[in-house]
Amino acid sequence: MNTQNKNGEVRIGFYICHCGMNIAGVVDCPSVAQYIAKLPGVVVSRDYKYMCSDPGQELIRQDIREHKLNRVVVASCSPSLHEHTFRNAVESGGLNPFYFQMVNIREHDSWVHTDRAQATAKARALARAAISRVRFHRALETTRAPINPDVLVVGGGISGIHAATTMANAGKKVFLVEREPSIGGQMAKFDKTFPTLDCAACILTPKMSAVRSHKNITLWTYSEVVKVEGYVGNYTVTVKRKPRYVNEDLCVGCLECIQACVFKEPKFADEFNMGLSKRKPIYIPFTQAVPPVVVIDPERCLQVRTGKCKKTCLEACADRQAIDFTQKEELVEIKVGNIIIATGFKLFDAKRIPQYGYGLYPNVITAIELERFVTSSGPTGGEIVMRDGHHPKSVGFILCVGSRDMKTNRWCSRTCCMHSMKLAQLVREHTDADVTVFYMDIRAPGKGYEEFYDKSLKEGIQFVRGRVAEVTDWAMAPEEEGKLVIRVEDTLAGFVRRVPVDMIVLATGMEPQADSQEVRRLFNMSCGSEGWFLEKHPKLAPVSTFTDGVFIAGCCQGPKDIPDSIAQAGAAAAEAMALIDKGYIEQEPNTAYIVEADCSGCKSCIPLCPYTAISLDDATQKAKINEALCKGCGTCVAACPSGSIRQNLFEDEEIFSEIEGVLSYV
Amino acid sequence: MSDPNWQPRIVAFFCNWCTYTAADLAGVSRIKYASNACVIRLMCSGRVDPQFILDALAKGADGVLIGGCHPGDCHYGEGNYKTMRRFQMLRRLLRDMGIEDQRVRLEWISASEGERVKTVINDMVEQVRALGPLNLPQHRAEWDGEMTSSTEPAGQPAEQEAAHA
Repeated sequence: MNTQNKNGEVRIGFYICHCGMNIAGVVDCPSVAQYIAKLPGVVVSRDYKYMCSDPGQELIRQDIREHKLNRVVVASCSPSLHEHTFRNAVESGGLNPFYFQMVNIREHDSWVHTDRAQATAKARALARAAISRVRFHRALETTRAPINPDVLVVGGGISGIHAATTMANAGKKVFLVEREPSIGGQMAKFDKTFPTLDCAACILTPKMSAVRSHKNITLWTYSEVVKVEGYVGNYTVTVKRKPRYVNEDLCVGCLECIQACVFKEPKFADEFNMGLSKRKPIYIPFTQAVPPVVVIDPERCLQVRTGKCKKTCLEACADRQAIDFTQKEELVEIKVGNIIIATGFKLFDAKRIPQYGYGLYPNVITAIELERFVTSSGPTGGEIVMRDGHHPKSVGFILCVGSRDMKTNRWCSRTCCMHSMKLAQLVREHTDADVTVFYMDIRAPGKGYEEFYDKSLKEGIQFVRGRVAEVTDWAMAPEEEGKLVIRVEDTLAGFVRRVPVDMIVLATGMEPQADSQEVRRLFNMSCGSEGWFLEKHPKLAPVSTFTDGVFIAGCCQGPKDIPDSIAQAGAAAAEAMALIDKGYIEQEPNTAYIVEADCSGCKSCIPLCPYTAISLDDATQKAKINEALCKGCGTCVAACPSGSIRQNLFEDEEIFSEIEGVLSYV
Repeated sequence: MSDPNWQPRIVAFFCNWCTYTAADLAGVSRIKYASNACVIRLMCSGRVDPQFILDALAKGADGVLIGGCHPGDCHYGEGNYKTMRRFQMLRRLLRDMGIEDQRVRLEWISASEGERVKTVINDMVEQVRALGPLNLPQHRAEWDGEMTSSTEPAGQPAEQEAAHA
């Protein structure tokens, strides 16, 4: 495209962006432009209010035409934001897009420094480095790699379910991997959902069965991803399928085996009911579980543990022969092009705040436990009962347990206000108890949420503003006898209150999953300091990660409610499908290459490459690089003793000139 | 050192995926830190050729900072381990040259650690400021001068050493 540099003449255009006042407020942009204008090879040097705007880009194109520019440098924001924009502008102006270099003077300069003189000096140094470097740029072509159209969704909660069905409906083949024996996630435990109070099961279970029956979805429950290799478009994923000792295809979900188990009574804590009920070693996670098949707990089953059991379950299963004690853990390898992570959250452990008495007083429960109580399919069949079997006459809700708290978690879990108000309304519906909600602020910012708060007030639910100091059973007045007393400073009334109640519900907040760090490493993602998976951009790329082809949806990215989780899941599905339907992956041409004449065939580069892209050519006895495998890290380039490996976009002379550039400005 | 306006000059090599992004995050979060470090972006800290560090010092840098992903977090799997290994080797060489450890640092800063960018840069700037200018270009000129002026008399001891060896 460009021939002028063949005769050695470099014609550089330099543009410094004010970014409104974002840059110009701290950096003296015109003075930087004047300074750069004097450097050799610089033909035009301009400052402009918004370089990324249409007129800003047009300025570049016009100068390329009029001044016959063959290099362009823009000093503005981070390349992760607008490098693509300016490369496109340069290309549409008739130059190879790789004759462009970007200088980051916003994120790395004006936003982090306050002294105008120093920030301007730094902007000059950085700009000068780019001017020195851009001389060495060469025309490069992006390469295209094919993309595998299949997708992996990790996590079968509402986000994973929605992402999987969205893509499957569009005709994509989806693998849905869930760690638990059933999909459904946290939402499956809910009775009703705010603010409409529609039944959670009624809206979730049809989606769950749709997953199982969808011809485009391969559902693997009781399975975990253990290894991920490859890159966008071509991931190889190893999934560990744990033995459930039941053949999923043969089991019809009649549950006769559970009846027949040698354990006559259920005696093990039922995880789904938060331990409020018991189950047997052979069990079904919950009535509407998908797949609707039983599972055997290897830690509890006599046969699995000792091999000495009458195996009455086998007899009950009879000729269906679904129970299979010979099942072994299986590793399955699948190939996908994109991955959506929807691994959800874990609830805050209320025992970490001992002054609220969870675990000490039997009638202090968590919100999710109350959720199981009010569910008709729950351990009490929908009745709200205290541990002594009586119905509570008064219930207190304590909000922000493990949220907005400097001692535990600083973030707002976003759902607990609404969740508590929903439960408060359900308590009023199920019992005639007085309900008091102890809150710091009521956060009801969604559609129909404020109205829901109004409804709660109208239904006679009391609201007391103040962070609860402690829960105690120490009665100081006759009406407190036999009750739990909530001590709180009522910050609206301005005095300390003691409120006796029968039952206390702790609105526990959300936390990242316990193994979020391992999962993050597995998929090469980043975590914020709190442990939530980090999105590529908090506003513009909320479901993308720094690894192309890996997307995040739902609460693994941060606390959110069901509508937000579904919106994110849909967005992640759309992002993945945008890549798939494009049909190819455009690869940044930053690969390494060998200058054969200089290579001595010493082979020191070969073991360094993590992608096994380098090998020794038998005929020439020189190293050769498989460009399709090279990911452009440059580790081999730095190690080559003869300097015969080079890297596109990061050539030695480009970096040396950058070093010289940042240091030559005094 | 006599110049009261002297400011340390630090060249920083940041990997694209963790540390450069962390510096971007520091910007987005408007975290303020010393303006003495200029960042050169590389795809991976594994691309940092020891020559880049020596070249930066030789061209007048008072310090060099290399930023990469935490061990185990490298976008390319293990580039940062290679950096770590090379860095240990280079450190010995730098010590032999009389260059203090505080002047050349390798730091792991993940994409979410915007605050750490500030801490590391501020800390390093202060340490280098305390050490004073490195002035390697000037020293090199002096050393070159010594070499030229001592070429003839230096011939003998060198031969003697060779004989002993």
